[in-house]
Amino acid sequence: MIDLNTVWFLLIGVLIIGYAILDGFDLGVGVIQLFTKDAKERKININAIGPVWDGNEVWLLTGGGALFAAFPIVYATVFSGFYMAFMLLLFFLVFRAVSFEFRKFSETEEAKKRWDLAFALGSTVPALLYGVAIGNIMKGLPIQIVDGKIVSQITFLGLLNPFAILIGLTGFAMFVMHGAIYMTMKTEGAHLEKMIKWANAGWIAFVSLYVVATIVTMFVASYLFIGIMNNPLFWILSLLLIAGIIYIPIGLKSRKFGWSFLASSTTIAAVIGHLALGLYPRLVPSSFDLENFSLTIYNASSSQYTLQTMLIIALIGMPVVIGYTIYIYRVFKGKVILTKDSY
Amino acid sequence: MDALLLARLQFAITVGFHFLFPPLTIGLAWMLVIIEAIGWKKKDEIYATIGKFFGKVLGLIFAVGVASGIVMEFQFGTNWSEYSKFVGDVFGAPLAAEGVFAFFLESTFLGLYIFGRERVSRGVHWFSILMVAVGSTISAFWILVANSWQQTPAGYIIQNNRAELIDFWAAVFNPSTLPRFFHTLAASLISGAFFMTGVAAYWLIRNKNLEIAKKAISFSVVFGLVASLLALFPTGHEHAKQVAYTQPEKFAAIQGLYKTQEGAPLAIFAIPGTEPPKLHFPIEIPGLLSWLAFGDFNAKIKGINEFPQDEIPPLFLTFVSYHNMVLLGIYFIFISALSVYLLWKKKLFENNRLLKILIWSTPLPLIASQLGWITAEVGRQPWIVYKLMKTKDAVSITVTAGELLFSIIMFVLIYILLLSIFLSLLFRWVKKGPEPLKMEAAQ
Repeated sequence: MIDLNTVWFLLIGVLIIGYAILDGFDLGVGVIQLFTKDAKERKININAIGPVWDGNEVWLLTGGGALFAAFPIVYATVFSGFYMAFMLLLFFLVFRAVSFEFRKFSETEEAKKRWDLAFALGSTVPALLYGVAIGNIMKGLPIQIVDGKIVSQITFLGLLNPFAILIGLTGFAMFVMHGAIYMTMKTEGAHLEKMIKWANAGWIAFVSLYVVATIVTMFVASYLFIGIMNNPLFWILSLLLIAGIIYIPIGLKSRKFGWSFLASSTTIAAVIGHLALGLYPRLVPSSFDLENFSLTIYNASSSQYTLQTMLIIALIGMPVVIGYTIYIYRVFKGKVILTKDSY
Repeated sequence: MDALLLARLQFAITVGFHFLFPPLTIGLAWMLVIIEAIGWKKKDEIYATIGKFFGKVLGLIFAVGVASGIVMEFQFGTNWSEYSKFVGDVFGAPLAAEGVFAFFLESTFLGLYIFGRERVSRGVHWFSILMVAVGSTISAFWILVANSWQQTPAGYIIQNNRAELIDFWAAVFNPSTLPRFFHTLAASLISGAFFMTGVAAYWLIRNKNLEIAKKAISFSVVFGLVASLLALFPTGHEHAKQVAYTQPEKFAAIQGLYKTQEGAPLAIFAIPGTEPPKLHFPIEIPGLLSWLAFGDFNAKIKGINEFPQDEIPPLFLTFVSYHNMVLLGIYFIFISALSVYLLWKKKLFENNRLLKILIWSTPLPLIASQLGWITAEVGRQPWIVYKLMKTKDAVSITVTAGELLFSIIMFVLIYILLLSIFLSLLFRWVKKGPEPLKMEAAQ
């Protein structure tokens, strides 16, 4: 008998990893846009992700929907508990979403600059917030289960604690590195050299922050490491993580940008995989009482029938999605070519 | 201010704003499927130009739809946590299915449609707009499955303090899913048609892009007539019958039937009063409501007086929204029929008075859709899930009125901003018009 709850833990993990790898580079490009002065370069940045960003963002929506379907108690508790943070996130995501088309329909350089800023901020703030959210989950939230009901004392300012901000910055650096590496596949000339610099800088920032974050986590959320060395998955993921991290600067130097992007994606997957491994089987650890008040894949899930039905939906739908997603990336492979249909 | 009222207000504002865009997306996408097919297979340059012009508009509309849609996906969790916990086992699945089967499809292929014209064959390009149309329609299906389950829940049991799914297909194809899906689809097609008609009419009056405007309007008025007829019959009628059978309180409220009667009249017009419930200045056709709802002029229909007073919806808003929606629906049929008739008589293109009316009619299908949704959702009150959970018990308990006030103001401001920018960009694009035809340029 397969453990459906564990299967769904893994599937949500896949959706989160998929989102981080795909919309992750969109967000990274957005951060880069914030610091890009040249109008032509800004145009190329936007068009590098133009045809694919929307499909990438769907991983977030589907992840949210899947969380609602499989672990509705987590969805309800976290989304309402992080209310102001979510409103902040939504504000910026809304502006990012419209910025592409509004830019396309703009006629003056001034107007285009405005939408580039909307795109940039609409990417930068979410890129920070995601890590802050993850950091808070890792640290544990002030929730209790009293008479079968969840009592939550989450506050917005409470979410902006130093640990969460550290994780936020780590995630941010990861997205910037990843976005820059993506851009190395899409640009040429002086622009390409700039992106390589960004990628290397992002790599240094990410690796430094990741090491610091890992050490700090050993103190702040030590439960994540319990028994982890006994798990073969830990070693596999660590191998992938190290291989990915080491290869990136090598790949950039030898101008094997596609391989560098693969390495960066692997790194992201391994980072999130490690986190999932440590968290399992919890979804929302309680900072009051880890053992008794945490939301787990068992106490916060939907019924077995729903998990099974959802699994069938996922098994039918996702392979098709991956199929045509690969197709569309193939169509738009290579360096950005600006046409009159461009953003 | 009451947190519950604010949460309801916020949901109404955000979903109302959102629902301006998907109907246009669905309507335009299906029209483009046909238009691009003709442009491709018949090598018709005019149709191809119409496709390019409205295709670009589709991108703009879709973007605002996505932006406002993200807000909706999260809002069940942020503002309705108690609801989400109670229904998540049933309600979450169609939302996830919407993501897996619809969002990915429409978003991925829209990218191909907008950017891929030069990169793929005509056939593949046409396939991409087909996938956008299909994807957006599947999206409508799944979200309507979810909302219909709130109206007529099925396929569940109450267990572990929540609704739990026991029959997926029964839940998906609950009694109201199909009538509502087809009716909403018809409404979307009307929205797209009237949009294209309004733009083309504008060009005709200004004597610009004549070849293109004539072909576009010829297509869209016919499309609009078919869609308008379908919205009334069979979809509108079937949906109203379904409400009569499965949601008698809502039916009584929207029809203004305040006392149970046999041979219930159809109220064509009235001003509904609430204390006590009474129709003022009614214009009614005796027996017609009974016949329409149950096929029998003498059928007994339950009036509002039959139901506990704390389980009936607001009477004024439901009656007024429903009747104005129907009024608009009939107007759509009438104005489309008139346009098609004049088109047939070859008198449409020069009839400036009608063209002006058509321009002003452009947003009316969207208004009708809003009225329909007000009817549906306000008509379901006080229930958030009919007979299972009251709206007042569904709201997030940890979100304060202060936080809600902040988020409502935030959404109102950004949506006003987005709407104004959207409209100004759209108007400018329409004014600019499509690229001149090669044949015209050659002359």
